Amino acid sequence: MTNIDRTVDLDRRGRDWYIDKAVSWLVFVGGASAIVLILGIFAFVTKEGLGFILGPMNFVEFFTNPAWRPTSRPPTYGILALMAGTASVTGLAMLISVPFSLGAAIYIGEFATGKVRETLKVLVELLAAIPSVVWGFIGLSIMNPLIIRVFNVPLGLGILNSGIILGLMAAPIMTTIAEDALKAVPDSYREAAEAMGASRWQVILKVVLPAAKHGLMAAVLLGVGRGFGETMAVLMSSGHSINLPTSPFDSVRALTATIAAELGEAPGGSDHFRALFTIGILLFLVTFAINLTADIVVRGKGKR
Amino acid sequence: MFAATALDHRNRRTQRAFKALFGLMTLMLITPVIIILTVLVVKGGPALSMEFLFSAPSNGMTAGGIFPALVGTVWLVAVALLASVPVGVASAIYLAEYAPDNWFTRLINLAIINLAGVPSIVHALFGVGAFVLFAGFGESILAASLTLAVMTLPVVIVATRESLQAVPKAFREACWNMGATRWQTIWKVVLPNSISGILTGVILEVSRTSGETAPIMFTGAALFLPFLPQGVLDQTMALSLHLFVLSTQVPNVPEHLEYGVALVLIGMVLAMNALSIGFRVYLRGRKKW
Repeated sequence: MTNIDRTVDLDRRGRDWYIDKAVSWLVFVGGASAIVLILGIFAFVTKEGLGFILGPMNFVEFFTNPAWRPTSRPPTYGILALMAGTASVTGLAMLISVPFSLGAAIYIGEFATGKVRETLKVLVELLAAIPSVVWGFIGLSIMNPLIIRVFNVPLGLGILNSGIILGLMAAPIMTTIAEDALKAVPDSYREAAEAMGASRWQVILKVVLPAAKHGLMAAVLLGVGRGFGETMAVLMSSGHSINLPTSPFDSVRALTATIAAELGEAPGGSDHFRALFTIGILLFLVTFAINLTADIVVRGKGKR
Repeated sequence: MFAATALDHRNRRTQRAFKALFGLMTLMLITPVIIILTVLVVKGGPALSMEFLFSAPSNGMTAGGIFPALVGTVWLVAVALLASVPVGVASAIYLAEYAPDNWFTRLINLAIINLAGVPSIVHALFGVGAFVLFAGFGESILAASLTLAVMTLPVVIVATRESLQAVPKAFREACWNMGATRWQTIWKVVLPNSISGILTGVILEVSRTSGETAPIMFTGAALFLPFLPQGVLDQTMALSLHLFVLSTQVPNVPEHLEYGVALVLIGMVLAMNALSIGFRVYLRGRKKW
């Protein structure tokens, strides 16, 4: 019987069958690589940082002392001023970029059409591609003299400069994600509202924005994550001096920038070296929390 | 009956006002960047010459060109691609073709989002801990490129996954019905139909990789080297780090030199990106399904 023969033939474990099995394992390993790598990052950063956490670190001092003097005798390891620096710069950046990005996303997603829309999307994408060291250079050599002249201050490197630069850097990412969120709202929602006689703006305000709420929140969160973790641009445009800031013109130092500036000078295995890795653990955990929250926010919407 | 009422007029005015407002916001995001790019071109343009591109820095980096940095960036990007493209494509094939919708797949996706979201300086710390110290590569192109590869892996995975998922399910079903195995289907049908999308992702990764600075600062890029790298265990100069060094570490660098380096770097990155975008638009135009 030919039928039976064919069944037997399909069940035979020939070369193709083994190749298929081998490949499915291979791509599984590839698929799992992201998990392995993220665990690896945490493990290696923690491994170096643990010597500091279990050794000379004083938790209360670490988080409440504004003095970061790793090379003084005796050294003090306090990151309060660094946290204040990161917070002030990221905060200003968000103040600037959140309204503008959401506005741009609404314009690109809901108002613009055809060629204009495509061009704007491409421009936003190119914006996102500018490397952070170039942004830092712009802060240093274009924004710095500009701020000095406009505000008549002695130094243009500080919260204002860094905040504007970071705002411009985070904006394209937020715009893209926010526009995706708007696009994910089904057209039938819009049509239903328009059929009831709502104007375009009423549709956006009463239907599209509420429906895209979670995606927009995720966009803002990811923008915060980007600003928080930015290194080179902040290092070059913030002035990099340890300060508890009181004015937007104050020069500050960020957590990320501190690692970038000092890792090269800290001897491997020293307390200073390990303290920098400890800051790294903190950065990792905070960005992980931000990304996880954004993921949960987006998923929370899917369940409803 | 359908004549415009006062309410209609008001609604239309509100709508016009908001359209103008949001359009203005979009413009205000884009204008500063256009101004900045113009300044870079105007101030950096005069520095560009064959000699600038093909000679080494001289006079304590206050004169000369950028050749070693240019060559170094090519090395770093090439080695990073060799490491990340195979892993990234395998990962994307798993996610698009094999992965069931379960907690493990969710975990992979979360890991990818986090790999992309972890600050670049934390990637640098990982590179120092894992590749420079633990694996014993020392500060070398290999260590720096692997760090870059880990960091930009999500770019390849996401782009490849998207282009695999864009191949219609019917293509696969037709192939399975002919008795082909899963891998034969992927190899003969799915990959050929998505290769250009994957390429777009790779170009995007080149652009990302060549601009990164923080991850290579402590893993293999040097401030200044009088010679070109001979192999993957050598240190190297890099364009991105060179810009940082010229603008913060070296006193009295002539302005046009700094702007020249910035212009070459941003030109490279934007050209790659434009290529990738153009490629994507072209592909969308000639899609067969």
